Amino acid sequence: MPEPLLTLSGLDAHYGDFQALYGLDLEIAQGEVVAMIGANGAGKTTLMRSISGLLRNRSDAVVYRGQPIGALRADQVAGLGIALVPEGRQLFPSLSVEENLAIGGRVGRKGPWSLKSVYGLFPILEERRAQASTSLSGGQQQMVAIGRALMANPDLILFDEISLGLAPVVIRQIYDALPGIVGEGMTAVIVEQDIQRALAISARMFCLMEGRIALSGKTSDVTHAEITAAYFGVDA
Amino acid sequence: MIEWANAVMQGVLLGGLYALFAAGLSLIFGVMRLVNIAHGDLIILAAYLGLTTTVMLGVHPFLALLVVMPVMAGIGYALQRGVLNHTLGPDILPPLLVTFGLSVIIQNALLETYTADPRKLAGGAVETASLDLGGIAVGVLPLLTFGIAVAVIAGLQFVFYRTGLGRGFRAVSDNQDIAQLMGLNKAHVFGMAMALALAVVAIAGVLLGMRTSFDPAIGGGRLIFGFEAVIIGGLGNLWGTLAGGVILGVAQTLGAKIDPGFQILAGHIAFLVVLAIRPNGLFPRVEH
Repeated sequence: MPEPLLTLSGLDAHYGDFQALYGLDLEIAQGEVVAMIGANGAGKTTLMRSISGLLRNRSDAVVYRGQPIGALRADQVAGLGIALVPEGRQLFPSLSVEENLAIGGRVGRKGPWSLKSVYGLFPILEERRAQASTSLSGGQQQMVAIGRALMANPDLILFDEISLGLAPVVIRQIYDALPGIVGEGMTAVIVEQDIQRALAISARMFCLMEGRIALSGKTSDVTHAEITAAYFGVDA
Repeated sequence: MIEWANAVMQGVLLGGLYALFAAGLSLIFGVMRLVNIAHGDLIILAAYLGLTTTVMLGVHPFLALLVVMPVMAGIGYALQRGVLNHTLGPDILPPLLVTFGLSVIIQNALLETYTADPRKLAGGAVETASLDLGGIAVGVLPLLTFGIAVAVIAGLQFVFYRTGLGRGFRAVSDNQDIAQLMGLNKAHVFGMAMALALAVVAIAGVLLGMRTSFDPAIGGGRLIFGFEAVIIGGLGNLWGTLAGGVILGVAQTLGAKIDPGFQILAGHIAFLVVLAIRPNGLFPRVEH
């Protein structure tokens, strides 16, 4: 097996006295699309924050391209090519649509993504480029959030709950756009409440429960019963 | 009648100086929610640095700005990265306490270095030159001060809304975590904001020192004027800050016209009236 793009080993995370992740071990290979599922409070967002550097950790708990990055700041991690599409979009309200996208590109990594190609992917954003980002609909805001992350030309992109709070037709639009994104050879981790959708787009999945990996495997191999057991912690 | 018009005119021009006191405060609060109690003392520090520069190099105070501005900006960056960044967090008390302590330290350091004697920057002919505008004599220095204030605020506005640096300021102000994800190191962004603020402080200090005499103890008063201008104008609105400075300046000169002892109090009363009627200031920034 080639050296994995990202390796987590014994990753813990704490919020004060509360421990959110317990010794997570995980490997993600270059070009893989991995789905992460789990109930609310299972630690999915915490894991995203740990990988992206918003939560600092032991240096060797997160290894990226053979380099320990667990203790780096988020801005340093971003420069290495890891981008996060955060839960709830979290656009910058003081910035216009185009400024939100432009600031995503300021890490200055080379690659296929630019303002032009993001507008090609989501043409509606070009029409709205000068508007305040908060004046857009939820779905359009999600497009900005995805575009903003792509502008960094990341090698690994983390999607946290991209369909949360969006209308089904908008969710379909966004998922229709995803193959065009991950098809470029980008590695992706997708956190999703909608398990069917997550499994449909990914080759491999893992399920978090109470801060531990309860199930992992090829998407085609896992059964409904296994997922239910891992998700709820009880046998169906 | 003309005397009152004159008082209003002088007040407007004085407002330019107050806007310069306030611009740095406003910028710092806007970017990092830091209330800098030492701001007034930093203005006085800049005035003394101007004094040392003019005396040592034998140059005009305006030329001394070429030295004082970068030095103050450097002090600002170092202060932010070395001290103030460590005080920022969910609790607003630590930065208040630390900048209060800083205020005491700066005052006493100035006292040790320069003694308590009032000093003044020698501006030469520009200090006494005046223009006759339809019966109102307008000093060239106050006019210049006002023009510089407008230029500084226009410049800050440009930096904030038209440059990558300003985009970074706004992004970090909106959401520090997400800004970090965009590769912005907030410690550095805050340092740059403080450097910019203290470069403006340098201009304010040198203009103050040419206008009036100063001593190490007067920083607190300048801080209050700056605060009042920011609050009257509305937080986070730089042009509002200029308007706030003008309102404060006019209130003071009109107060002085009624009774010379009434000058400072009239300014405070104007501030309290605005605060009572419009607690968010006259031109608060529109939240999207």
